[in-house]
Amino acid sequence: MKFQFESLADFLAMSGHGPYVWASYAITFAALIFLILSPVLQQKALIKQQQKTRKLSQVSSVKE
Amino acid sequence: MAWQWFHRLGSPRWFYEKTTAWLPWLTAISIALILTGAVWGLAFAPADYKQGNSYRIIYIHVPAAFLALAGYYIMALSGAIGLIWKMKLPFMVMKSAAPIGAVLTFISLVTGSIWGKPTWGTWWEWDARITSMLILFFLYLGMIALQQAFQHRDTADKASAVLALVGMVNIPIIYKSVDWWNTLHQPATIKFTSKSSIDPSMLYPLLTMVIGFYCFYALVLLLNTRLEVLRRESKTQWVNDLINQLKPESKQ
Repeated sequence: MKFQFESLADFLAMSGHGPYVWASYAITFAALIFLILSPVLQQKALIKQQQKTRKLSQVSSVKE
Repeated sequence: MAWQWFHRLGSPRWFYEKTTAWLPWLTAISIALILTGAVWGLAFAPADYKQGNSYRIIYIHVPAAFLALAGYYIMALSGAIGLIWKMKLPFMVMKSAAPIGAVLTFISLVTGSIWGKPTWGTWWEWDARITSMLILFFLYLGMIALQQAFQHRDTADKASAVLALVGMVNIPIIYKSVDWWNTLHQPATIKFTSKSSIDPSMLYPLLTMVIGFYCFYALVLLLNTRLEVLRRESKTQWVNDLINQLKPESKQ
């Protein structure tokens, strides 16, 4: 197995197909990162909100 | 007794607690495989004798398309299990699978379109494979819309499970489209029953990517289902205890 290109510039150019190849990979990785971050961030927000409502209900029960 | 495991599988709490330990492993394996496969495919696999370097898009296009289809099976199968055995968890899996499938179908359509430009000379063609994948994309979008169209959770789950099952008719059409209609899209590269039409030096990075995408899919499906479990079970004691155990997020 060996590196298929003569230089870094050659690798980026992909003999003219560079823009197509790199655009495909960029879009794909952006979409994959979105797929991972979306549930993680939503779960964080959900837990934060749950902790807040729990705190509020504790405060109101103490006052009573 | 033999069916106990099956019913436990339907318990959202058991699922949530069991899968916690799997997450770091799945994360590590999918990052390692996808990065290895991408570098291998982009830099070390030989160029195609006909298509040159543009073919390197195959290393993301094919795995994304595989998972777009496999994800549909998972979604329809969980819908069917939910309908038949009236279990809660499969419906949560079904709901979580829809947006992931939509994104993966979108990836395979977009990368296919970009690949089409240098190879076929066009961004889009109403070829059988492409059109049936577009229908798959709309089915996923329909699932997401239907989930939000009902006031009652049960009705939404049942209606979308029926849609998922009816949509199954599209799956064999997608698979067979390249054989039934001999149009632009090239036939299958990897075959399970006969010799693949791809050289091992290109096949191994592709398989690495496919396995990586499967692990990634499992990870994202778990994360989304766990979120859905917490949402739907937020009034229960075990979720209450779980949230109290966690450090307050507000301190960060």
